[in-house]
Amino acid sequence: MRIAGKGLTAGAKTVSFSFNGRQLMGLEGDTLASALLANDIHLVGRSFKYHRPRGVLTAGSEEPNALVTLGSGALQDPNVRATTQELFDGLQARSQNCWPSVEHDVMAVNNLAAPFFGAGFYYKTFMWPAAMWEKLYEPMIRRAAGLGALSGEADTDLYEKAYAFCDVLVVGSGPAGLMAALTAGRAGADVLLLEEDSRMGGRLLVEQEEIDGMPALDWVDAALSELEAMENVRLMCRTSVSGAYDQGTYGALERVGHHELRQHSLKGSHRPRECFWRIAAKHCVLAAGAIERPIGFRNNDRPGVMMAGAVRAYLNRWGVAPGERVTLFTNNDDAHRTARDLVEAGVHLAAVIDSRHDAPDSDLYTVIKGAQVCDTGGGKRLESITVRSVRGEEKIQTDCLVMSGGWNPSVHLTCHLNARPSWRRDLLAFVPTPEAVPGMRAVGACNGSFSTQGALQEGAAAASAILQELELQAKDCALPVADDSPYRIAPLWAVPGKGRAWLDFQNDVTVKDVTQAATENFRSVEHMKRYTTQGMATDQGKNSNVAALAVLADVTGRSIPETGTTTFRPPFVPVALGALGAGAADQGFKPQRYLTSHAAAEERGASQLEVGLWYRAAYFPKPGESNWRQSCDREVIYVRNAVGVCDVSTLGKIDIQGPDAAKLLDFVYTNTFSTLKLGRVRYGLMLREDGFVMDDGTCARLGDSHYVMTTTTAAAGEVMAHLEFVAQALHPEWDVRFTSVTEQWAQFAVAGPKSRELLNGLLDAPIEGDAWPFMACGAVSVMGVEGRLFRISFSGEEAYELALPASYGDSLFRTLLSRAEALGGGAYGMEALNVLRIEKGFITHAEINGTVNAHDLGMKGMLSKKKAFVGQAMAHRPGLVDEDRQQMVGLKPIGAVKELSAGAHLFNPEDPVERIHDQGYVTSVGFSPLMGHMIGLGFLKRGLTRIGDEVRLVDHMRGIDTLCEVVEPVFYDPEGEKLRG
Amino acid sequence: MRFSGWRVLKEGLTGNKGWAPHWRNPEPKREYDAVIIGGGGHGLATAYYLAAEHGLTNIAVLEKGYLGGGNVGRNTTIVRANYYLPGNSEFYSHSLRLWEGLEQELNYNAMMSQRGILNLYHNDGQRDAAVRRGNSIVNQGDDAELLDREGVRKLAPFLNFDNNRFPIQGALMQRRAGTARHDAVAWGYARGADMRGVDLIQNCEVTGIDVENGKVTGVQTARGPIKAKKVALAAAGRSGQVAAMAGLTLPIESHVLQAFVTEGIKPLIDHVITFAEGHLYISQSDKGGLVFGSYLDFYASYAARGNLPMVEHTMETCVAMVPSISKSRLLRSWGGIMDMTPDGSPIIDHSPIEGLYLNCGWCYGGFKATPGAGSVFAHLIATDRPHGAATKFKLDRFRSGYGLMDEEGTGAQHNLH
Amino acid sequence: MRITCPLCGERDRREFYYKGAALVRPAEEADLAQWDAYVNLRDNPAGPLAELWYHEMGCGSWLTVTRNTASHEILHVELASGSGLGGTP
Repeated sequence: MRIAGKGLTAGAKTVSFSFNGRQLMGLEGDTLASALLANDIHLVGRSFKYHRPRGVLTAGSEEPNALVTLGSGALQDPNVRATTQELFDGLQARSQNCWPSVEHDVMAVNNLAAPFFGAGFYYKTFMWPAAMWEKLYEPMIRRAAGLGALSGEADTDLYEKAYAFCDVLVVGSGPAGLMAALTAGRAGADVLLLEEDSRMGGRLLVEQEEIDGMPALDWVDAALSELEAMENVRLMCRTSVSGAYDQGTYGALERVGHHELRQHSLKGSHRPRECFWRIAAKHCVLAAGAIERPIGFRNNDRPGVMMAGAVRAYLNRWGVAPGERVTLFTNNDDAHRTARDLVEAGVHLAAVIDSRHDAPDSDLYTVIKGAQVCDTGGGKRLESITVRSVRGEEKIQTDCLVMSGGWNPSVHLTCHLNARPSWRRDLLAFVPTPEAVPGMRAVGACNGSFSTQGALQEGAAAASAILQELELQAKDCALPVADDSPYRIAPLWAVPGKGRAWLDFQNDVTVKDVTQAATENFRSVEHMKRYTTQGMATDQGKNSNVAALAVLADVTGRSIPETGTTTFRPPFVPVALGALGAGAADQGFKPQRYLTSHAAAEERGASQLEVGLWYRAAYFPKPGESNWRQSCDREVIYVRNAVGVCDVSTLGKIDIQGPDAAKLLDFVYTNTFSTLKLGRVRYGLMLREDGFVMDDGTCARLGDSHYVMTTTTAAAGEVMAHLEFVAQALHPEWDVRFTSVTEQWAQFAVAGPKSRELLNGLLDAPIEGDAWPFMACGAVSVMGVEGRLFRISFSGEEAYELALPASYGDSLFRTLLSRAEALGGGAYGMEALNVLRIEKGFITHAEINGTVNAHDLGMKGMLSKKKAFVGQAMAHRPGLVDEDRQQMVGLKPIGAVKELSAGAHLFNPEDPVERIHDQGYVTSVGFSPLMGHMIGLGFLKRGLTRIGDEVRLVDHMRGIDTLCEVVEPVFYDPEGEKLRG
Repeated sequence: MRFSGWRVLKEGLTGNKGWAPHWRNPEPKREYDAVIIGGGGHGLATAYYLAAEHGLTNIAVLEKGYLGGGNVGRNTTIVRANYYLPGNSEFYSHSLRLWEGLEQELNYNAMMSQRGILNLYHNDGQRDAAVRRGNSIVNQGDDAELLDREGVRKLAPFLNFDNNRFPIQGALMQRRAGTARHDAVAWGYARGADMRGVDLIQNCEVTGIDVENGKVTGVQTARGPIKAKKVALAAAGRSGQVAAMAGLTLPIESHVLQAFVTEGIKPLIDHVITFAEGHLYISQSDKGGLVFGSYLDFYASYAARGNLPMVEHTMETCVAMVPSISKSRLLRSWGGIMDMTPDGSPIIDHSPIEGLYLNCGWCYGGFKATPGAGSVFAHLIATDRPHGAATKFKLDRFRSGYGLMDEEGTGAQHNLH
Repeated sequence: MRITCPLCGERDRREFYYKGAALVRPAEEADLAQWDAYVNLRDNPAGPLAELWYHEMGCGSWLTVTRNTASHEILHVELASGSGLGGTP
């Protein structure tokens, strides 16, 4: 019920919204919760386990009850806290986890079965019969569990991420935060002030207080004007700090688009829904305030039971009276401010029940001292409370019970780096342990200083201390004068008695559950939490954890600090995955790397393959070809019979220069490169330090102290880092430098018997006679453009790789293609390339899979005995040179089934197909149009001694079972006559 | 006390007054036949099988904090037997068979849910690797099948099939894989061991291992010295530190692996799904939270918490691969400390010190191994011979190079597995 | 996590690649035990550890970073070229 003229929203524009299909009116500046309360709607949701009716409990992000679902379709947003959701025209909200409606929820039957649903009951049952768990029990539990529902559609909203840097990060804009920001800002520090709420001011927005003799709100406005005028201060509302990380890094979620109507997705607009900030702050002032805690008593969870601080907020900020006949139950002085404000606003306050015998008196309202609320009555709304005092029990009619069990400082962020908070006996609360997070200072209520004066003082002091460390001069300013009432409290965690007294409202954890957990020896606070689910709901125990561990401490006969807390983990408030993963949706997950030939390949209808981040053409279909194999076969024939052109620019290219370049190469390759002649290329093998093969490739000597190394596409980055490691960390005395030139050069393989003919029409100086023998390299000129030519072959034919600066790539590819086509050839893609290299027994990372060594690959001759190289020592471990290892072989189908498949396993034909008889596996297969059958490479136990043997190939996944002949891994031109031309 | 639906009913009707402790809180004795260092999943399972299978009951489990407080209490609860190298294959197969029927064995509902795992692949190379793996699994006697894109779509229509940077091409599926309620696994083994007479001693940090003439004689603890002829190490995450008390250096580097859970939502994901690109693995708990993780943070750490880069990477993979969960909210993130070995596979072996047994190096495969590790480690401790399903988890394989089990093929850099 | 590169200044962890403990490479002729210790075995302290980081997205320097593995506090950073990790040539 709204009180006319009361609150900061008084006189604001009306806003129309709907809740569970009902059209309602609220005010601009309302939260959904304040608007619902203004409409006298208290029943908002249902609890998780017992489906108890629940209403608004708090006025902040810690709300455990009033969770609703907004919108529908791709915009559907479950588990939205009504207490932080700003109202906007057209907002549509509905209750969740109830059916058919929040008023009549059939699952409320669970409440009747509560005696059987105590702590951990599910660990003791649902075990018989065993098969029923997956068939019956679990599906039933799953359907009943969960809160709101996702739509199942892809999220179409836009999210962003950003970085921010500052000298001083101030978290929270209450009196402590504002004072810290003012002090630091005035001295010229780079300040970032973040506020979770839609408006700055913190508790000052909801309290009836004065600062420096003026209404606190006026002081806030003045402070904000001053801060806004400072260029060195940035203010951000609607931004919650989610976590503290190492070296002054903080995460923060900015809600950018939650407070306005969206009919459509935000894609294409410039406003994201949320922005996730990564903040690097030299210092942090944590002024995150405190969270009020409920008291445990029987049926304390009915709609209409609310926190005292929240009621003050609804009253003073939004002009909403939470009921017509209000009662209040507390153990501390602070709640009496709610009583005073209610009476002053003209709300009928039936009684204040204070558990303390020395509670303060009031001439505004009746105080029942030394009394406790021991039960409540009502159904979907509170109707009465039962008060127990020395006079016995009495029932009081009331539709709103305001409660306060004291305040817990929001220590969460101070604990994110593993620190534990410290217990303050005088406050009956945990406070931050100093230096818990390097560079962070907690101030104000967050530090247990609950008075406004204390907050102002600590905010200023923390900022001054930081200024000193920043070597900035604090301006001499008088501290404002404000209320400095002491915080008085007496212990009261749970009222003894029968029935269920709720601790964790959402998860339906009661005092009984904690007691039972202790009885069953779940006495560690972590055991209690995990056994009862206490503190595991969406508020992560912000409302309930301290009371729960106080109850546990009590039943186990320990003190609260001895019992300890559970671990505080990020995020402080839940953060949408979309915000943390901003930018990665659809194609944004990883960058795309395109070849210079990409456009030309696309024009020819090439099918693209992903190779790491690259896209490479798989094959280039021609009209009339109905499947990839036809295209692939044709392209293989191009190379074998005429000439083919393939873009090989994805291979890593590393330019290596310096007097000690040869030394480096000798050290990183197993074979020798210092003896390589100028203008020549050599194939090299590289090991990891553990003796297994890291990569292979060629290296060309372009000058006395100048080489260019190629790596495989997959290992380009790894090899670069490895070379840098060797040169910097192991041999800093060597004078050698490298740079990756992968993207600087467009490089094309021109392969086939007509390759020379093709090039000779293109190169400014034709290839003549033996001028470019196999493995030669050197500078060439193509229509006046300086390039490089390498006579190397990955196909077994006479072949060249021609490299020009990448800007000429597109043009060069098109030119090469038209010339190849004129010679009866054309482009070939990865599929044909793969067949060509299998025919030659050349390896790729299908074979160099990280578990093979030079012996396995039949390359032990490449392990130089004359020099040291990386991996040499470990490559000679007995287990790596054992004859029983699997070695690379070729495979040829011989049975009725002429199919081979990569990933199939090999067996001796007479053995059963069982793991213990496994002889090896197939790495690569392809159809050789030349041979007219499939060929494959694989690793076979003692393979090199088994050439000519028969093995059985079994692929259960693809249903292939065939006999193969073990052959030498080179199927085509074993003497290498073709490639030498 | 035997747990059953009837018991829950009876207690419910009589005010739930009859429940008893799930285990005792005994004072440590001065001497045991064997002590196990570490009251996590593996330590408790080992104690259980020592008592249940080998009749060794004069034993104690020494736990620094609370039972089940290590990695068994902070993982993503996935159970599977889809390894492909000899050594791992037979071990995880053994472990999965123990998972099946664990509730009945322990009389404790650990909620092993065989909902099936889908290992998604995005390109031909990953497909062939999946095929090789699938064939290994079937050759071992376990189940695996290859699904094409449409097969995956039928089971998980909410994945990104339409506009994915790395299109989903298919999956390797193991139907017998699934999830389990991690804490309950630890508690079930604890209760089972306790019932058979094992002393579970919490808040009892081991501060020293006593070795005389190359033989173990006992341990020093925060609660005094305890003599034992056999000392078994099951302290994953802290293995190196405990082994150092006996003068051993292990081939282990400790790394932090983060895990994540969202707020509860109504059932959406019915299986465990993993992605070859981005390394995401995700499932939905019975309570409704999405539970997931991806890579290590990649730096050595004992902090049991991580940093933002891997948080963001993980969420990026989520929105790229499962765009329909983008609006669910991350509720909690935490870190576990992983024993990373040079080949990514574990060690269950004698140590060079007589009477000191090692169970360590689980990388991030420890949870699914819990029953298997307990069973084979108990066998080793009781008989001094390796169990048939764990003959290859040798400590000396790294030095000799024999029997390395490098499933990822990334070699001897501990954080790359 | 933020690391101060001696050449580039303070940078986000995202710019760096992690390799592991910074150990001195044995001589080629060292026995298998020494190589095993270099490649496989780790002291793995819960406390200060000298380790190798590569400023991959920055200047490309390999760094020896002394960092507390329990608190993540960074105690010292230097170029790996000055750490003597190559052993005696």
